[in-house]
Amino acid sequence: MDAKTEKSNLIEGATGDWEMVIGMEIHAQVTSNAKLFSGASTEFGGDPNSHVSLVDAAMPGMLPVINEGCVAQAIRTGLGLKAQINLNSVFDRKNYFYPDLPQGYQISQYKNPIVGEGEVIVDLLSGERVIVGIERLHLEQDAGKSLHDQHPQFSYVDLNRSGVALMEIVSKPDLRSSEQARAFVSKVRTILRYLGTCDGNMEQGSLRADVNVSVRRPGDEFGTRCEIKNVNSIRFIGQAIEYEARRQIEILEDGGEIHQETRLFDAKTGETRSMRSKEEAHDYRYFPDPDLLPLELTQAFVDDLAKDLPELPDEKRARFIAEYGLTPYDADVLVSERESVDYFEAVAKGRDAKQAANWVINELFGRLNKEGGTIVDSPVTADQLGAIVDLIKSGTISGKIAKDVFDIVWTEGGDPAEIVEARGLKQVTDTGAIEKAVDEVIAANPDKVEQAKEKPALIGWFVGQVMKATQGKASPQAVNELLKAKLGID
Amino acid sequence: MTDLTDLTIAEARDGLRGKSFTARELTQAHVDAIEAANAALNAYVLPTPERALEMAAASDARLGKGEGGSLEGIPLGIKDLFCTKGVRTTACSHILDGFTPTYESTVTTNLWAEGAVMLGKLNNDEFAMGSPNETSHYGPVINPWRGPAPTRSSCPAGRPAARRRPVAARLCMGATATDTGGSIRQPAAFTGTVGIKPTYGRCSRWGIVAFASSLDQAGPIARTVRDAAILLKAMASHDPKDTTSVDAVVPDFEAAVGKGVKGLTIGIPKEYRMPGMAPEIEALWQQGIAWLRDAGAEIKEVSLPHTKYALPSYYIVAPAEASSNLARYDGVRYGLREPGADVLSMYENTREAGFGAEVKRRILIGTYVLSAGYYDAYYLKAQKVRTLIKRDFDQASEGVDAILTPTTPGPAFALGEKSGDPVEMYLNDIFTVTVNMAGLPGISVPAGLSSEGTPLGLQLIGRAFDEETLFRTAQVIEDATGPRPSPADWWSKSA
Repeated sequence: MDAKTEKSNLIEGATGDWEMVIGMEIHAQVTSNAKLFSGASTEFGGDPNSHVSLVDAAMPGMLPVINEGCVAQAIRTGLGLKAQINLNSVFDRKNYFYPDLPQGYQISQYKNPIVGEGEVIVDLLSGERVIVGIERLHLEQDAGKSLHDQHPQFSYVDLNRSGVALMEIVSKPDLRSSEQARAFVSKVRTILRYLGTCDGNMEQGSLRADVNVSVRRPGDEFGTRCEIKNVNSIRFIGQAIEYEARRQIEILEDGGEIHQETRLFDAKTGETRSMRSKEEAHDYRYFPDPDLLPLELTQAFVDDLAKDLPELPDEKRARFIAEYGLTPYDADVLVSERESVDYFEAVAKGRDAKQAANWVINELFGRLNKEGGTIVDSPVTADQLGAIVDLIKSGTISGKIAKDVFDIVWTEGGDPAEIVEARGLKQVTDTGAIEKAVDEVIAANPDKVEQAKEKPALIGWFVGQVMKATQGKASPQAVNELLKAKLGID
Repeated sequence: MTDLTDLTIAEARDGLRGKSFTARELTQAHVDAIEAANAALNAYVLPTPERALEMAAASDARLGKGEGGSLEGIPLGIKDLFCTKGVRTTACSHILDGFTPTYESTVTTNLWAEGAVMLGKLNNDEFAMGSPNETSHYGPVINPWRGPAPTRSSCPAGRPAARRRPVAARLCMGATATDTGGSIRQPAAFTGTVGIKPTYGRCSRWGIVAFASSLDQAGPIARTVRDAAILLKAMASHDPKDTTSVDAVVPDFEAAVGKGVKGLTIGIPKEYRMPGMAPEIEALWQQGIAWLRDAGAEIKEVSLPHTKYALPSYYIVAPAEASSNLARYDGVRYGLREPGADVLSMYENTREAGFGAEVKRRILIGTYVLSAGYYDAYYLKAQKVRTLIKRDFDQASEGVDAILTPTTPGPAFALGEKSGDPVEMYLNDIFTVTVNMAGLPGISVPAGLSSEGTPLGLQLIGRAFDEETLFRTAQVIEDATGPRPSPADWWSKSA
């Protein structure tokens, strides 16, 4: 058993326990205006072949020119993954024939990638924390797309994606469960989105993963792995791993052996199936691309990028816990999405962060979950929610009324302060008015008054009655104090 | 008036400025010469007379206003490897049938900006792969120089010897060429013309059909050293579209011509004295040494110890890069497509029909040397040898301004004479490939005739980005060789 083996992650087989070993290759489309080696647009959703330069179509005599913006994005990502930035890296050609690969080779980085070893901290819902090693990150070109449904005899090719910059982020085989794998991809996706280096949009294919799965007896050497190609949702990654691990265990328990191969995940059946064996694997004939000089960076260039790096989820989480006194759980919930944390920080700015966190997590996220939306769909803006928190803080409304105001803003919109004013929701702080209400309740319920002397907890019932009489606008604190005095409770 | 096609570029430039003749007259003379000769010499795969005369008319207009660039009105031939906007460009390969670029190579863009006139696209070996200019899809180019044996038509050695021949045969005043392992310098040597492969990075490769990216370099072929200097100045530039082009000042090369060699030290590499080298080549070399010494240069023996590994290494690196560079010719987007039952058979049919034997041979060699399990033994080792060759030159050039060698180990050979044995053909590149492997500039200058009466050339190798010393030194050899011989006209259609 190694340090990463956890009893709870083991899979019970017919012949004993098994452990899965997972490594990932995440392909993340670099957020950039232009492609990796050409000036063509990277915009998603253009007409077929509308974002194609002469270079992308591999016309004779065309040469690639590196897009510095994409290089900077890769470095920023490397820094975000706490990884080694290699000041010297090399672009290689990966040679194979495919109609949507116009050059007949993909420009990638093989032996000398731009980013070396790093690590990602993954916190699971269970509270378990896994440190996942990053093996490397390299830059490469995306291919075009073959369209097989346009013509009965021919396939069509759309080169809009041809040449778009991808980062391939390769993990070490440090993952031991599908849950860890899913959490790892989520975490990497979050980091990329914080950095603004990849939009993380899995439906549009901006982020996809190749998953390497093997199984072994706990403590044994790694087993033979199979690679599941191009899985494009976090849920599917989990399903593919679960299916693949059980498939391998069944084969091994039946006395068979695993053959290294590339497999595909079928989302309809939830199964993986063989795509090609190791023997059928391409010989890519990698060699350094002679059209491109080695990529040489200065430390100063890297340092400048490091200086402008935004605060990343791990640092934010630590700060929220230390400075704001948030629970680790609340901090996790807030930092897991860039939009959530941006929202929260806007609400918390200049206000009580803990109260802001409560409102964002309990009221806003609660409501969003109930109605099936995400933070970007929220009808209540951070400014509006902040204004509600301000109204509580100033004593203008009670927490209870605040929830009503939130509900009004959610459904109708508007400025919370104006809503409170216009609808007469202001908390009553005039002790005369409150005292009148208190007196009336006491006078109407002599028996309860007697009981309260024996059982002070009954004061809660009185508070409720007074609040009801004042339509909730009385300051609960003032009501409490008056009742205590009049009922003779300490 | 002398025949306008006999003028050098420098002479024509003066004549145009002095209004002795017009650009249209100069171009028309060449158009007529092409018309008369092309059937016999096959120098042009696509003459563009109408475009040439239009460009010449525009030049006349500019000259009339006292304007115009350094090549205003000068008619040139363009190797078919240079992409020319709106003019078919095939690299003389069947696989690029009918391909008409929508873009213009940087080198030709530079030439047109200086007022040069395009006479047409010149024949060359398919993708510039070959030695005797026999592998073109459009048939071989015929060297205007003939040996005494009446049935022989001597091949202008060098790969795309093609563009050389038209210069020699007065079918253009100069030509653009490319040199991967000697394809400028060898044809120059075999046709009695001057060809310079500049330092790697001097000219942009953008828009030139690639053969071997780390070795390919464009350069001119011309009738005199001065003309080559004028052309190179116009062709060279730093180009942001080619990251391997170098951001260096392009000097006025012509100003170097005529400065002489007094005070220069010329290195003679002992390893270039090969067993089996033709005695007349050895004699030519000695003659060249004597000329330079007489002109005031100091002669010094130098050592380039890894020379013998250069040719085998070159024939690994160049095919490796070519195998990858030519992968784009797959029938999917442009050029030839031979249908098949599925994509794979379409690829196979297209590439089987589209590439000639020599190109296929190199793709196979290149694919082999890059394949898993062989990469380290071949490609990686060849790259290490390349580093050693570069180091050889670095060390040899300490205290030496240029190095003098023969351009080729023997005279031009006859059409078909060596194509049966590719290795023997490749051996002809032995003195030129080292220069490409090291990325240095090399010039071939005519230095005499063989016993059979065909031209022979000497090569000068310079320091990186020091083409000026090459022009200076080559001029001395040119002067010493005496009046430019020209081939007897046997090719023109009788009037």
